[in-house]
Amino acid sequence: MLKGLKMKNKELLFGIGLFIVFALIPVIGSKYTIYFSTQLLFTILFATSLNLLVGHAGLFSFGHVGFYAIGAYAFTILYKTYGVPFGVSFVAGPLLAAVAAVIFGYFCIRLTKIYFTFLTLAFAQIIWAITFKWTPVTGGDSGIVGVTPPSFLIPLNNTYFLTLGVVAVLIYVMYRIAHSPFGLMLNVIRENPNRAEFIGVNVRLYQLIIFTISGFFAGFAGVLFVLLTRSIFPDVLLVTRSIDVVAMVIVGGMYNFWGPMIGAVVLLYLNSFVKVYTEYWLLVLGIILAVVVLFFPDGISGIFPWISARFKRLMARFKPRKGELSA
Amino acid sequence: MDWGSFVTQFIAGLSQGMFLFLLATGLSLILGVMGIVNFAHGSFYMIGAYLTYYLVTLLGGSFWLAIIFASVGVAVIGGLLQRFLIHRLYGRPELQLVFTFAFVLIFSDLIKMGFGVLPKGVSFPEPLSAIFEIGPIRFPQYYVFIIILGPIIAYLLHVLEQRTRMGRILRAASLNRDMVAALGINIERMFTIVFGFGAFLAGLGGALVCPTVSIAPGMDALVVLPAFVVVIFGGLGSFAGTFLAALITGQVQVFGILFFPRLAESFIFILMAIVLIVRPWGLSNRPPKFA
Amino acid sequence: MLRVEKVSKSFDGFVAVSQVSMTVKEGEIASLIGTNGAGKTTLFNLITGHLRSDEGEIYFKDRRITHLRPYHIVRLGIGRSFQRLNIFPRLTVFENVQAAVISYKKETLSFLRPRERLFEGETQRILDEVGLTAVRNEISGSLSYGYQKQLEFGIALAFEPELLLLDEPTAGLSAVGTSHAMELIVNVIKTRGTTLLVIEHDMHVVFSISDHIIVLHGGRVISDGTPEQVRTDPEVQKSYLGESL
Repeated sequence: MLKGLKMKNKELLFGIGLFIVFALIPVIGSKYTIYFSTQLLFTILFATSLNLLVGHAGLFSFGHVGFYAIGAYAFTILYKTYGVPFGVSFVAGPLLAAVAAVIFGYFCIRLTKIYFTFLTLAFAQIIWAITFKWTPVTGGDSGIVGVTPPSFLIPLNNTYFLTLGVVAVLIYVMYRIAHSPFGLMLNVIRENPNRAEFIGVNVRLYQLIIFTISGFFAGFAGVLFVLLTRSIFPDVLLVTRSIDVVAMVIVGGMYNFWGPMIGAVVLLYLNSFVKVYTEYWLLVLGIILAVVVLFFPDGISGIFPWISARFKRLMARFKPRKGELSA
Repeated sequence: MDWGSFVTQFIAGLSQGMFLFLLATGLSLILGVMGIVNFAHGSFYMIGAYLTYYLVTLLGGSFWLAIIFASVGVAVIGGLLQRFLIHRLYGRPELQLVFTFAFVLIFSDLIKMGFGVLPKGVSFPEPLSAIFEIGPIRFPQYYVFIIILGPIIAYLLHVLEQRTRMGRILRAASLNRDMVAALGINIERMFTIVFGFGAFLAGLGGALVCPTVSIAPGMDALVVLPAFVVVIFGGLGSFAGTFLAALITGQVQVFGILFFPRLAESFIFILMAIVLIVRPWGLSNRPPKFA
Repeated sequence: MLRVEKVSKSFDGFVAVSQVSMTVKEGEIASLIGTNGAGKTTLFNLITGHLRSDEGEIYFKDRRITHLRPYHIVRLGIGRSFQRLNIFPRLTVFENVQAAVISYKKETLSFLRPRERLFEGETQRILDEVGLTAVRNEISGSLSYGYQKQLEFGIALAFEPELLLLDEPTAGLSAVGTSHAMELIVNVIKTRGTTLLVIEHDMHVVFSISDHIIVLHGGRVISDGTPEQVRTDPEVQKSYLGESL
């Protein structure tokens, strides 16, 4: 059965271990811990979905929070305002986010690098404006509150387990995508888009596909947010939220599948920890980001490969290789 | 609205446009020549404002001297930042982007630590403290000063770019960085100068804006995104384009805030989105490589 | 196999390629030579679809390929290596080639399959062919220049090309490296029966392996024929070779 999961052994162990740790939280943790862990879980989902774009495909999107919000709002509006059954709303939210992703993605993909980033930012802002202005539907700037979930989700523990289950499944799916042939093509596009085209890859199409997939998963994170906080409002879409999640990806390491998860855990913990001692969390975050970018550009998850790469280079100095063309 | 209010708003918009121009030019220079997205540009603006406040209000100095010192101070900060830190990230634009953003956070909190969160003010400098009233139109004399100063600075920059050796090098660098390095020009020094100069313009903008806005934490965020919109709208490497874009954006902002208060920020983004979708190189002439 | 007819390309008034016509026969080794800036790489770019020609036609196996995009052309059987290294630096050597093979086999839109061993056999065969077996799991960006050049070649082979365009495959290599490289290349194409069109600067290499030489100067073809014909062509001697070989 384990072979059937098709993950590399140590990563599988890591994943299972993590799952067990999370599963035990309601047993050993306080109400606050459970609440915090729920947030942590869907933030991990959100950050990992963004990294499909940033780390795997090399697309720096600063507007990812837009899909998070669309998932959240769509779910809320369908479920609370229109009474659509829970199960349907739960999936419809992310689906709508995916549709938005296709539309936005189509325009964004045509641009490169910074222009791409700015357009993603612009789109997220436009979504913000819509949620803010369209008061009859979205509740305007006070948003929508009092979103009561179905009765089985009223106890916090149940919400927690649902979140854990959903996040675990989705992370697993994202893992499979990242390690599939398609995932390799994304890496190839990231490394060298011109060469990618010349190994027969339709770069724009693939970028659009991953943009959509990534938006779809982000939508789920948004729905889970609503299930926990029982509300939704436009401030979820502030530029700072977009940057927060990019920070998680960078600090954790964008070239590793588990990086964003590590980044999310580290930053969320630090946030709640630092807030106790000082109000200057931004300063702390800024310094962490600056240090990571300068000295550990591959993030926390990049530390181990970095160490082993340096070690290997050291060894290579002493061993010439056969079959090598001398330059 | 009556034509009096309209003209008043229009003048305010022109003034706003000039400030945007100052910021956008520096930003455009840094982006065009060095390829760096400097989110910290808004911070430079804010630091310029706070420094001016400090020098004028707390030390009781002359407004005009304060402006000079503040701008130069910001230029120095910018230069140091680039020389010792940013230059280590050469060739990794995504990291540079995050790095400048890290400094937005750092500067923002440092300012809060130093000056607190309450808004500060600086009064209009003496010779310009009057308010013009021509019939139904009223606006501070200071605005006129800014509206005149703007084009003068624009012209000076234009001359600098066209006539000096540095200007020619910068133009070449924005077209082909590697080539310029190959010509034996000290890229390091050039980058530091460019970044410092960009910071200078931002700091100058912040210093000049003091009497017209409340100086508070968050003024960096309020100005940096519109500045980027102007940069894109105007097109990289085109002073004229940036100037025109700044004027238009200034009006969009001022009238936007009047009719749809909190929504006005989004107008800027809709503008940016339209530009990026339809004509990514903005108002400038040549489309640099996009596809 | 390849027929180029009166192809021209200008950039903003600068004429890079002007009315170039040439033919490469199946199975032959053809070399494209000329001074720097003569338009050789531009011509390659035109053939492989990276640039659109202003006029003229290009035919591959009698099929018109003139304005097709690169990802289309590569599937028709034309492979290419690039002058400046064009590999995927953060991927391992194996992954570099495997990616090309996966694309060749049209398995790219597979989202849930694990890819570790996908087409391992074919990929390994190519790695063996170009001598990269020993460094299969190394990060390609960290390899020496010589290995990277071999990888460049290996990626081009993944699509089982019938026509291979190599752009300065020996650039930057020492004398020993150059002869190893050429030996490798010639072996591979003789085994596979591939037609070769190569841009080269090293005249010893060119004259020793070529069946057919085309000389480009200032964007125009100034000589086209067997090595002997070209060597003795006064046009060539005048504008390019300087002293006789």
